[in-house]
Amino acid sequence: MLKSKTFVKKTRSGGVMKVVREHYLRDDIWCGSETCTECKQDSPVLQKDVCVESNLCSYPHYLVPDTNVVLHQIDVLENPVIRNVIILQTVLQEVRHRSAPVHKRLKDIIHEKEKHFYTFTNEHHRETFIERQPGESANDRNDRAIRVAVKWYSKHLKTLESGPDGLKVVLLTNDLGNKQKAEENGMVAFKFEEYIKSLLANPELVDLLALSNDDKVTAFTDRNFIHILVLFPEHLPLSRIQVGIKSGSYLQGTFRASRDNYLEATVFVQGDGEDSTEVLIQGLQNLNRAVHQDVVAVQLLPRNQWLAPSSVVLQDDGVAKDDDVEEDEEEKLRLSAAEAARKPTGKVVGIIKRNWRPFCGMLNVSQIKESTRHLFTPADRRVPRIRIETRQASTLAGQRIMVAIDGWPKNSRYPNGHFVRSLGGAGEKETEQEVLLLEHDVPHQAFSQAVLSFLPKMPWAITPEDMAKREDLRHLTVCSVDPPGCTDIDDALHCRELENGNFEVGVHIADVSHFIRPGNALDKEAANRGTTVYLCGKRIDMVPELLSSNLCSLRSNVERLAFSCIWEINHKAEILKTRFTKSVINSKASLTYAEAQMRIDDTNKTDDITQSLRGLNKLAKILKRQRIENGALTLSSLEVRFHMDSETHDPIDLQTKELMETNSMVEEFMLLANISVAQKIYDEFSECALLRKHPAPPPSNYDVLIKAAKSKNVEIHVDSAKALADSLDGAKVESFSYFNTLLRILATRCMMQAVYFCSGMDSDFHHYGLASPIYTHFTSPIRRYSDIIVHRLLAVAIGADSTYPDLMDKHKQSALCNNLNYRHKMAQYAQRASVTFHTQLFFKSRGMLNEEGFVLFVRKNAIIVLIPKFGLEGTVFFDTKDKVSPSLVYDEEGPTLKVEQHTFHIFDRVKVTIGLDDSNIQHQKIRMALTEPSIPGVSVPAPEAEPPTKKQKLDR
Amino acid sequence: MAGIELLSDQGYRLDGRKATELRKVQARLGVFAQADGSAYLEQGNTKVLAVVYGPHEMRGSRSRTLHDRAVINCQYSMATFSTAERKRRPHGDRKSTEMSLHLKQTFEAAVMTQLFPRSQIDIYVKILQSDGGNYSVCVNAATLAVIDAGIPMRDYVCACTVGFVDETPLADLCYAEESGGVSSLALALLPRGGQIALVQMDARLHQDHLEALIEAATTACKGVSKVLDEVVRQHLQEASVLTGE
Repeated sequence: MLKSKTFVKKTRSGGVMKVVREHYLRDDIWCGSETCTECKQDSPVLQKDVCVESNLCSYPHYLVPDTNVVLHQIDVLENPVIRNVIILQTVLQEVRHRSAPVHKRLKDIIHEKEKHFYTFTNEHHRETFIERQPGESANDRNDRAIRVAVKWYSKHLKTLESGPDGLKVVLLTNDLGNKQKAEENGMVAFKFEEYIKSLLANPELVDLLALSNDDKVTAFTDRNFIHILVLFPEHLPLSRIQVGIKSGSYLQGTFRASRDNYLEATVFVQGDGEDSTEVLIQGLQNLNRAVHQDVVAVQLLPRNQWLAPSSVVLQDDGVAKDDDVEEDEEEKLRLSAAEAARKPTGKVVGIIKRNWRPFCGMLNVSQIKESTRHLFTPADRRVPRIRIETRQASTLAGQRIMVAIDGWPKNSRYPNGHFVRSLGGAGEKETEQEVLLLEHDVPHQAFSQAVLSFLPKMPWAITPEDMAKREDLRHLTVCSVDPPGCTDIDDALHCRELENGNFEVGVHIADVSHFIRPGNALDKEAANRGTTVYLCGKRIDMVPELLSSNLCSLRSNVERLAFSCIWEINHKAEILKTRFTKSVINSKASLTYAEAQMRIDDTNKTDDITQSLRGLNKLAKILKRQRIENGALTLSSLEVRFHMDSETHDPIDLQTKELMETNSMVEEFMLLANISVAQKIYDEFSECALLRKHPAPPPSNYDVLIKAAKSKNVEIHVDSAKALADSLDGAKVESFSYFNTLLRILATRCMMQAVYFCSGMDSDFHHYGLASPIYTHFTSPIRRYSDIIVHRLLAVAIGADSTYPDLMDKHKQSALCNNLNYRHKMAQYAQRASVTFHTQLFFKSRGMLNEEGFVLFVRKNAIIVLIPKFGLEGTVFFDTKDKVSPSLVYDEEGPTLKVEQHTFHIFDRVKVTIGLDDSNIQHQKIRMALTEPSIPGVSVPAPEAEPPTKKQKLDR
Repeated sequence: MAGIELLSDQGYRLDGRKATELRKVQARLGVFAQADGSAYLEQGNTKVLAVVYGPHEMRGSRSRTLHDRAVINCQYSMATFSTAERKRRPHGDRKSTEMSLHLKQTFEAAVMTQLFPRSQIDIYVKILQSDGGNYSVCVNAATLAVIDAGIPMRDYVCACTVGFVDETPLADLCYAEESGGVSSLALALLPRGGQIALVQMDARLHQDHLEALIEAATTACKGVSKVLDEVVRQHLQEASVLTGE
């Protein structure tokens, strides 16, 4: 077994350190082919009959791609047509080194059985290992290693009895030198493009091809630019960037393109601990081919060249524009910098890591009919347009497609990419939903068979063993209160008076962790999804429906497993006793908020459920008051709800959600349960409790709020959450009762994101918004994975369940938190995007409307208006391209904007018409135009056709 | 990039071994004539010299004398040239002192000390080159040296370091693996009876995994014992040829 020769490999890493490692060579590494009789392998991966019709190689063959082919053409390799591929260890290692995402994808392919990808561990094979020769570069050595392995394979397979046109191995490489050397040695080698183009049956693969390096320069330049224009400065090599970062002359950060202005971006530089800075970048040259989310190195410009972020909204309209106009636009940016608002400004000098993913978007078909090169406009406005090559442009026009970026040469205005797949017709509801799920990276495929296999078998019933381990709470009058139409009920409540006069209050949460056991496929899937995503009219479940809507849902009049948190509370709402237990409950009623409210208000009703609700309501009010006294914030954001047509699922009406007392009743007890549980699991597991924190925002975040309030002579204190809450409560303006809500909306935008974290990795646990020293999520395990983990921790803490390794590992826990935070953020964005899309559908069907709104922000060339009735925000532009722009005077101090004679302030009441602008089918948007105050040349007359039906009283 | 991949999907480790495979072990007995017993052992790139004096009368302070058995005195040291960067202090630092203590405990369990009351046995080990598993290699070398000295033992004491990566126990860690963030466990075993002379682990590991890890360590130790036994028999044969028997 240990028949091997040892030898010594020397490498130098980092400083000058000699590393000596053993390297064992083996002769028990098999070739992995079914035809091979020599190798004693158990389950060969590569098939015997390889039938790929190619007019280059008529014989059956296995493919061996080299590293660059894998790195650049992974899209093609993922295609089901490509099978029977040998991935050499050398290649796998190089890929791992150079691109983590590609490595991940490659590994996924290897694991897929139908793909027949085999990993050959050539570096440890006795006959294929080679030593680096003196004077040979690492890359050359690896290329040689690949050739040696290919050579070995062809020799190995030739000795087999497989007839005259027996199996061959084909090396795929884009490196001409490599190919030549391989051919000299009698191997079959092709360029990847050649090979793919030769596949007779599958011409569609050609579109998936990424452009290889040497093509890139020629392909797009020869025709369009006869003299090669160098548009961008060269990127610095990584070694110089590293030196620069170390010496402090460059900064490393994440590149974030501006949504509103394609010539502007910020680079977020993470400092030590809390202090992180943002560097402003303006102008194409300075942006230097960085794409949203890349990790870049920036160099700060001298102080006298610093600029202020422009408030201009600029969109790249693309093709027709020539460079002069662009310069004009850049000029316009520069003019507008007021001294005070200048920010550190820099330029991108190099890219540390590209973070390219496939982008969704649409094709702008080139005007030249025969052209195969087209521009692609991504749905995400922060991503530049991408130039792709395709022959199916006519079919792809009007469709949503996915495109991946391959590279961005310095002489090209746009990055080059290739087509990945089509998603369907634009504007169709399914397609748009798919797009927004993909764009927000929401996993939404149907659950796999492996996942479903871990579901309990139906018919399911509570077994006597379950009963024995759990407390029987079926006799309690438990009920649930949820929004209408809710099928995944994860919480239920009860309240009863005890003999000593105190209350017993119980919060019962669906016991999801009973069904989802750690480590199985179901658990892994849920952990990856992280959260259920609610879109308008659609729900993307975290756990399969059987659990979410049936077995775990605490529906009325069925027995369900629950995790209960039971308090004894006195009449002052002080907690005397807390206990947690796994239980069995039988909910007596599932109510909506409105139903519950009606029961409480109806004095004739005195049944158990109503009594219980009244008790809860009474306690909740006290709890809420206490919480607010402690400095919890009540913020505001407008949420809308669509009334959907039951058949077409088109929105027919739009309303802002109303909040009732019962909403806050349920919320209050959920908060209480979460806090109690957080304390318990932290006491028990100080190192690995999963908690949720909400950091206090930096004071500068409040600038907008303070300025806005000052314009109405209201003082806002932001020293602490309590001060903020108090001053928000005190902020009232006579005859403008909506002012307070507007202020709260602004305040909400100043806040930081609340995040999950692992208690062993952080020391600041404070939840700013709730003014609680510790907090977690316990109450919605059906729709949040964090709650499942908290359930498991709590179950271990009370001895109801056993622990498992990953639960106690703070690093794994922390990695999980990162994923959950990411998924939550993305889910939120997806939700918002879905609301926007449905709002557009709504306005499409309604035509023009005239509504009253408030100015929420003032920009340099526009105002942003909030329509409270629809919870809708829109921008009113004052300088449109085709019109003469009116005189605009912007004052940053106010901020105010003077248009002709009228001055706009924040909170001004205006009237606007709302309509859908579908001139750009990809970015349909709500267009607003001013009707009141009327400014000649700017405002539009109010549409007469439709007088606003039953105008709602806005001042509530 | 995230560290190095300690175990590939194909089941090969950094140096091409599979998870349960040991490094190549080479050993020689009786390398020094002046000591009572000596051995040189290489396990991969870790190379150790072990020397045994005794049993002899107590030296130094007589107060340590035990009246029912022999005292075992161990000293562990690392050559200044044994690591990639030159070591400043070859012995006497805390790590070496701890290691000496562990060795002492291990051999007290294995050597039949009750046969030599009021005497002392000295075991000196020196690491000439270090590449992971220092403790285990020292134990293995010292065992050979004790055998060479002709001191009766209950059994060979064999030791092996095992680590835990991706739910798989790895036998006989090398330095790259030990420093790669693996929770490692060192086990010294009397293989025939299966008694454990010493277990040492100072990393975090979930208790569910412990059993699997000890199981793997036991198997590895038995593997080591087979190799050591062969070495001893080989040496005996050579010696007997020389003495003409």
